[in-house]
Amino acid sequence: MDRRIRVPGTLQLLVWLLCTLFEIAVIVCALKKGVFRRYALLSIYMGASVVVSLARFRVLTGYGYTSSQYVYVYYYSDALLTIFLYFALANLYAQVLSELKAERHVRFATLFLLAATALFSYGVVHEASTRLISRFVVELSQNLYFVGLVVTYILWGAILKMRETRTQLIQVVLSLGVYFSLFAADYALRNLYPSMRSISIPLQQVIGCFLPLAWAYTFWYIPEDARTVPARLATVSR
Amino acid sequence: MMAAFIFVVSVVIFLQFFVFYCRSLIAVSAKQPLSPEVQEVTGIQRAASGDDFKRVMQLLHLCPERPEDRKGIQAVGAYFQLLNLVASTVARWIPSTKSWTDSERGHCTYFAAIALERRISFSREMLAQQMDS
Repeated sequence: MDRRIRVPGTLQLLVWLLCTLFEIAVIVCALKKGVFRRYALLSIYMGASVVVSLARFRVLTGYGYTSSQYVYVYYYSDALLTIFLYFALANLYAQVLSELKAERHVRFATLFLLAATALFSYGVVHEASTRLISRFVVELSQNLYFVGLVVTYILWGAILKMRETRTQLIQVVLSLGVYFSLFAADYALRNLYPSMRSISIPLQQVIGCFLPLAWAYTFWYIPEDARTVPARLATVSR
Repeated sequence: MMAAFIFVVSVVIFLQFFVFYCRSLIAVSAKQPLSPEVQEVTGIQRAASGDDFKRVMQLLHLCPERPEDRKGIQAVGAYFQLLNLVASTVARWIPSTKSWTDSERGHCTYFAAIALERRISFSREMLAQQMDS
């Protein structure tokens, strides 16, 4: 049995370093531009991402890129971060629906969705696989990202309906939609072709850089009072 | 079956979100005026044309890069390519989309010109800091 540790290449280390720096940049930009309290859960999510990045790096250097330890830590931490992102998303819902005083309903709906997704994923894997734990976490991540995508899509619909015009909020939601859709597509592809595991994780690391960069850009460049008419973004002018 | 369904739906929704996100980036820059200096360099006097995009991007790459705006420029660059694809395929069958793609391509050029302006002022600030020190 080959016990050599496959260490990450320079490119993979660079992607990891850049992604971690971008995550730190989101917190710095939010603090510097005075929007940390407004987007507290998003900033805390980025803080959690930094901690997870460091933990992954420790496992990566200790056990190697293709080790089962790294794969387990990667997928489980990813599922936990996605659950955290759900709560950040719930916070965005609360901001958009603030006029309707629907915070309690949003919180209840988030918890319900989380439980339903986990149960559904468990059910699917229990029916189909003998390697329950490893399949479960990939199935759960795929479903979590997909449900996240659907929930973000509904939030975008709410933004259009409520005529929300805050540019920062609009860009945060749209970038979240891009992020969820890319991840959901990647996990689905990974589920369709399990042999793509070795490509899937590096690809996810590159995609993972998008969200912190997009948020850092939004917090840094877009003033808090900037306004955009969302309906104009969604229509084709003739 | 489930994974295939998720894949297809995710790709379709991704395209929508990607287009809206790029348009939101462009909408913000459309409100900012171009300085006479950048107007002269880029040749954009009133409305920007999609045909100038490549030239403005070349000018942009001559300036020192700023990590904060890299992703936005890449995203709008990809959006521009997508618009070119639409212009050369869909617009042939549906001529009304031609004017829309032309106008969107022009907005992409304007976004690149605003990014160029930011990079020029950033370079100037860096130079001034070096002179001071």
